[in-house]
Amino acid sequence: MAESICKSLRDGALEGEHSPALTIKDSLESLAGAHAFNYFLRSLAANVSTGKSQARGLVLVAFNQSPSSYLSLLNGKGLDASVLRKFLRILDCYSDPLGWKENILQSGGHDKPTLKESDNVCRDVKDVSKLLSLILELGKGFAGEGKTYFAVAIDSISTMLRYASLQLVAGFISNIRSQGQVSCMIWLLHTDLHEARSAAVLEYVSSIVASLEPMVQTTEGKRGSENLFCLGRNSQNGRFHVRLKRRNGRVKLLNEEFHMDQDGISFTALSSENVVVSQTRLPKLQFNLLLSEKERDDRARVVLPFEHQGMTLKPWLKIEHRLLTKNSSSSGSRGGESQHKKTCLDDRPHLAEVHFIRELSVCSWDSHRSDI
Amino acid sequence: MNTSPHLLDEALGLMPGISNGGALSQGCIVLIEDSVETSGAFILHYIVKRALSLDSSGIVLFLALAHPFSHYERILRKLANNLSRLCELFPKMAELRQGARPVTEYFAEWKGCNLSVHREQKRFHLFDILQLEFPCESKKDSVEQGLVELYSKIQSAVEVISSRDHSRAHISILIDDLSILEIAAHGSMDHVLNFLHYCVTLTSEQNCSLVILNHEDIYPDIEGRRLLSHLVYLADFIIKAEPLATGIAADVHGQLTVLKKGTSNNGHYSADKASNFHFQVKEHGVDLFFPGSRC
Repeated sequence: MAESICKSLRDGALEGEHSPALTIKDSLESLAGAHAFNYFLRSLAANVSTGKSQARGLVLVAFNQSPSSYLSLLNGKGLDASVLRKFLRILDCYSDPLGWKENILQSGGHDKPTLKESDNVCRDVKDVSKLLSLILELGKGFAGEGKTYFAVAIDSISTMLRYASLQLVAGFISNIRSQGQVSCMIWLLHTDLHEARSAAVLEYVSSIVASLEPMVQTTEGKRGSENLFCLGRNSQNGRFHVRLKRRNGRVKLLNEEFHMDQDGISFTALSSENVVVSQTRLPKLQFNLLLSEKERDDRARVVLPFEHQGMTLKPWLKIEHRLLTKNSSSSGSRGGESQHKKTCLDDRPHLAEVHFIRELSVCSWDSHRSDI
Repeated sequence: MNTSPHLLDEALGLMPGISNGGALSQGCIVLIEDSVETSGAFILHYIVKRALSLDSSGIVLFLALAHPFSHYERILRKLANNLSRLCELFPKMAELRQGARPVTEYFAEWKGCNLSVHREQKRFHLFDILQLEFPCESKKDSVEQGLVELYSKIQSAVEVISSRDHSRAHISILIDDLSILEIAAHGSMDHVLNFLHYCVTLTSEQNCSLVILNHEDIYPDIEGRRLLSHLVYLADFIIKAEPLATGIAADVHGQLTVLKKGTSNNGHYSADKASNFHFQVKEHGVDLFFPGSRC
């Protein structure tokens, strides 16, 4: 499934359509969002560098980490500096996002700038329109024949939301996606740093939403050391939940499992044990609270001393049970067990005729469905 | 029974020979969260002491928002004044014979961490901002301007230290405590986070480490707790000091939980690691031990 996301980013946009956009979202319950972002960034960079993707270049907007850390991240995965120079442009919104350093330099009368102009430093990230023009300018610099597409990666949309309002950020993303030259977009969102509506707006403007969730949800209100232990454990593995929106409006939901190992994050199919755990939301326990298939069958065959626990139908059901037993013993079959019953009490003519609909308990009657 | 403060060293990666001989690893960010019932200030003092120890050539930039210099000096002077530390220093006496260091230095360390001496030697820089206040008129600009000035002082101190002969010295920036900075910034979370972001850039550009003390229980609602959430995302180490769930005990003053977040370095990922200790704060230091290991 992670591969299908990589493929979707690689294939890029269709002519006249908005480019695919991936939101990677995490929370304090599962902190692996940055690792997932790096995984998809590396995959995209590898596809761009080998010419497999629609995009011929990648513009990375760095809010949370220094450009050098991204260069070393991509260098460590076999992309050397000369290749990176060709297809990667980093817009540095990390080093001096509000221009403080520039102001200090100017007020101190220093001539030597700490950051070179060639470093593509943005010194006023609050100005979203300027940010947009800087990204598009960097994207136009890639060499290629005909129309040259480029991909855009924003390492933390959460940081951007701190500098600009939700409306401006949503408009900024829609604007980039609608640019004919943009092949695809990815960004990282920390959901618990914002109101629920901010996450919802960003999910609306994206075509793929990948959430990193803990295998077991932390109890609400759990604080202190317990929470910290959960945080550590949940960062190691968890559920990778993906919602893919097709152009026709069809939504596809997919589930995988992520693990952190020596080489970073990896994605695998959900193991059957964890499927059960994630369905029941029960923590992993030393003892088993769930029934096996055989135990479930055995339980279904148990003859209960009553047939319904409903408040109103209880006495009638008891009568019916007695009659059914009588009928079945005379006919030698259980053919009387139908959903709609009509019971005539012939031996007691003074009693009224009783009609009732019997509700079948799903778990106890599953095995008899075929008879019905 | 393990009652060694080295448990904290191990959890924070302060082991001599592994790290910078007692200072935090380069570029790391440590968040200390404490509560009203259990103060985490002793962790801050311990980090200062380790950064200024003889094993380390560290330099400390201390943003003192909570207490005056005399407070820290008094506490640090008492720390390490025990026999076990003297025993640890004995093996290093071999250096004496080679004339590497005068005996007075070892004796001074055994006596405790003298901040005044370290201040004279320019190893301890205290930013006395106890009375930090930004004028209320034109609130937004004055707060930002005040924080820019504060950052400017820190940056120039770092640059001066880095340009000195012993530029290899590891710089630790400590903030005691962030909640007071938030009050000074008229409760503006964004301004505090902007200031912190610039301090964080020093960790990547100058390899400094950053230690932040903040309180967990002062935020009444989710909106207020967002600052804490931001800090948790930011930090490499999270230390929580909290009371025992069973209440206070005579010989256990609380528990420490240390979470080291997993990091990627040169394509290799190191896993998260969480540790839990109990502690007892004493006159001359702190005893750390595993839960249940004390009879």
